[in-house]
Amino acid sequence: MEIQVKSADRNLLLEFSGELDNQGAGIALRELEEALEAALPRKLVLDMSGITFMDSSGIAVILRAQQKMQTLDGSLLVRRVPPQARRVLEAAGINRLVTIK
Amino acid sequence: MRTKAVNEVTLDFPSQSRNESFARSAAACFAAQMDPTLNELEDIKTAVSEAVTNAIVHGYPDAIGGVMLRMRVLEGNVLELTVKDRGRGIADVEKARQPMFTTGGEERSGMGFTIMESFMDKVAVRSAVNKGTTVVMRKKLAPRLKK
Repeated sequence: MEIQVKSADRNLLLEFSGELDNQGAGIALRELEEALEAALPRKLVLDMSGITFMDSSGIAVILRAQQKMQTLDGSLLVRRVPPQARRVLEAAGINRLVTIK
Repeated sequence: MRTKAVNEVTLDFPSQSRNESFARSAAACFAAQMDPTLNELEDIKTAVSEAVTNAIVHGYPDAIGGVMLRMRVLEGNVLELTVKDRGRGIADVEKARQPMFTTGGEERSGMGFTIMESFMDKVAVRSAVNKGTTVVMRKKLAPRLKK
């Protein structure tokens, strides 16, 4: 699991690549918390295009991001979700809770 | 409900997180003999990842224990996957299977069983506290035209 963090003008972009499973989600959660703390963004974008596999561990990461952005009174967008990860999100109904493009 | 297997492989491994990735790749390799579609392969990998992660995270929360993955091809192009641990067990299986229920804190979403049920045709769970948990999943793969 690798995460590229890009931050400008209170917009925060996290680009995930690799496997977002239990092991990867541990890393992703830590990086997410750190990046949010540093940027205090109004808008958070999670770019999932580099994800080669995702299970329900990834849902915990997205829900945590959503919860944090609600606390910051900001918005979350999850974008470029590969088909396998998209089916996991849809099976769990997360696409009804979070904006996914 | 033991049906005769056309082929089967059993793996035993310690409950280390790095084996989640190994287990789902092994399941995909085993399933390859059934000529699955890419979607079916992804479904199988995802379901195995959920079951094995549950065994590792919830079966053995503060210890390393053994996890067994048995993969069987049954008559009629049915894949059966069994994930078994001898860990802590689940006190209330019905509750554990409900969406969003988790004892794993914020690191877990509580959607593992929901994903397994969605991606496989049948999911059976047997568990006893302090004895362990067995999850048996079956999926019938679509027949494909022989080349």
